[in-house]
Amino acid sequence: MDLSSVYTEIIMEHNQAKHNKHQLTATTHKERGHNPSCGDDITLALTVEDNIIIDAAYDGMGCAISQASTSMMIDLVKGKTVEEAREKVSTFIRLIKGEVNPDDALEALEDVVVLSNIKNMPARVKCAVLAWHTLDEALNNPSE
Amino acid sequence: METTKDTYRGDFPFFTNNPDLVYLDSAATTQKPTQVLEATLTYNGAQHANIHRGAYELSIEATNKFDAVRSKVKAFIGASLEEEIIFTSGTTESINMIVSSYAGLHLEEGDEIVLSILEHHSNLVPWQQLAIARKLKLSYMYINDLGIIEPDEIEVKIHDGVKIVAITMMSNAIGVKTPIEAIIKRTHQVGGIVVVDGAQAVPHQAIDVVSMDMDFLVFSGHKMMASTGVGVLYGKKALLETMAPYRYGGDMIEYVEEQVTTFAKLPSRLEAGTPNIEGVISLGAAIDYINHIGMDTIHNHEMMLTQYALLKLSELDYVNIIGTTDIQFKGPVISFNIRDVHSHDTAFILDNAHIAIRSGHHCAQPLMHYMKVPSTARISFYIYNNTEDVDQLITHLKEVRRWLGYGS
Repeated sequence: MDLSSVYTEIIMEHNQAKHNKHQLTATTHKERGHNPSCGDDITLALTVEDNIIIDAAYDGMGCAISQASTSMMIDLVKGKTVEEAREKVSTFIRLIKGEVNPDDALEALEDVVVLSNIKNMPARVKCAVLAWHTLDEALNNPSE
Repeated sequence: METTKDTYRGDFPFFTNNPDLVYLDSAATTQKPTQVLEATLTYNGAQHANIHRGAYELSIEATNKFDAVRSKVKAFIGASLEEEIIFTSGTTESINMIVSSYAGLHLEEGDEIVLSILEHHSNLVPWQQLAIARKLKLSYMYINDLGIIEPDEIEVKIHDGVKIVAITMMSNAIGVKTPIEAIIKRTHQVGGIVVVDGAQAVPHQAIDVVSMDMDFLVFSGHKMMASTGVGVLYGKKALLETMAPYRYGGDMIEYVEEQVTTFAKLPSRLEAGTPNIEGVISLGAAIDYINHIGMDTIHNHEMMLTQYALLKLSELDYVNIIGTTDIQFKGPVISFNIRDVHSHDTAFILDNAHIAIRSGHHCAQPLMHYMKVPSTARISFYIYNNTEDVDQLITHLKEVRRWLGYGS
């Protein structure tokens, strides 16, 4: 396996980037996601107003793939409607399952499609999808 | 320093079949020598029959082979009686048996159990759940910054009235040994009994349950070159006799009538149903193999490797070793992290270079939480490892930070 297909520049940038990694004060949705076997543990916070995700952030620990995937997802869904975000979650999961090819997912997922290589790495699939499942759960469970 | 002599590696077909693999995860499970593989093949291929049942020759031979292992285990751990050796499916089942059939029977509301924060989930969750169900007090002995339980902690936590202390001999997560003799002595002073989790220690050091005065000792076969699904529960006879049967069924009975049953004597009383016969036979072969090499030889070889690896790791300034590096307090297990890198990435990058290590919380979440370390990378050794394995590890560890964009 070519490690450079996993640890790409953009994934490494997001792993080290902290712009989405902080506490959110006015949150309407908050969800903890966790891979017990490897120790990825993130808490995702959203502020949704008029059905639009106006702000999102995460906190927690995890491997480079889980951290980068979370950060890239937040960039992608901020400013989108709840339905659009759900649709992106669904497309991402299908991308990682190999059910949709990266070219067809490009419009919906933008640069997140770099994570599509993960579909060939069973040990890392959980890392990549953690944030997205957590987002789905969060949207289903408003804090109020 | 003895370096690359591979006196025993040739006994392991696993390494012939995986010539490029560096296997550094023996604390999770060990590879098996030909001697063990052949013992199960011979039993399954030529001698398979159920035990304690048939009147025909094959069954009697199988029974004899099975019972002979009990005698080997007895000698291996220095027990005084064969009936003190109960075969189980492994450490987890052994602990669950003690929890439900001993502690569950004898402890009352308000009684106190003491564990250490080093425990594997298998020596923690069963006690915790019993404590919740029966309103028992559950306390922990904590560790210092080096991962060591200090004498004061033993004195304070194991106080008058403590009924059971359940303690590992060596942390599977960070490789630090516990002061087992002091803990046993103190527990007996206050009138309690000690359950010793030997899963990580019994494969690597000589044990004498009588001179160490252990009340219960549990361990698994697959961490000492035998099959998965077999393990041992040792208990002093007087304690085992007070245990309720853990499971009911065949082989553990004396007379069964429509409405009542009388139970067999030890050890059968605690071994219901057809046991893992091939597993027990593999355990016997593994003990023969260990005895053939000599436990001192195994221990010295592993600790030489541990010292060598600690030295090499300490030369990398971005490697943080968890717990003490003083090998008098250690078994052949080293836990570490690479600065800024999650252990899962470390393990993944090493896997790409055919180096198998463990990453994560090592089934010891309360310990990781206490140490404020979310996960670690862990390497562990056995008789088949050599210094070249360590050198390979170090070579590829040097690439990990670069892959993650940290330069060096």
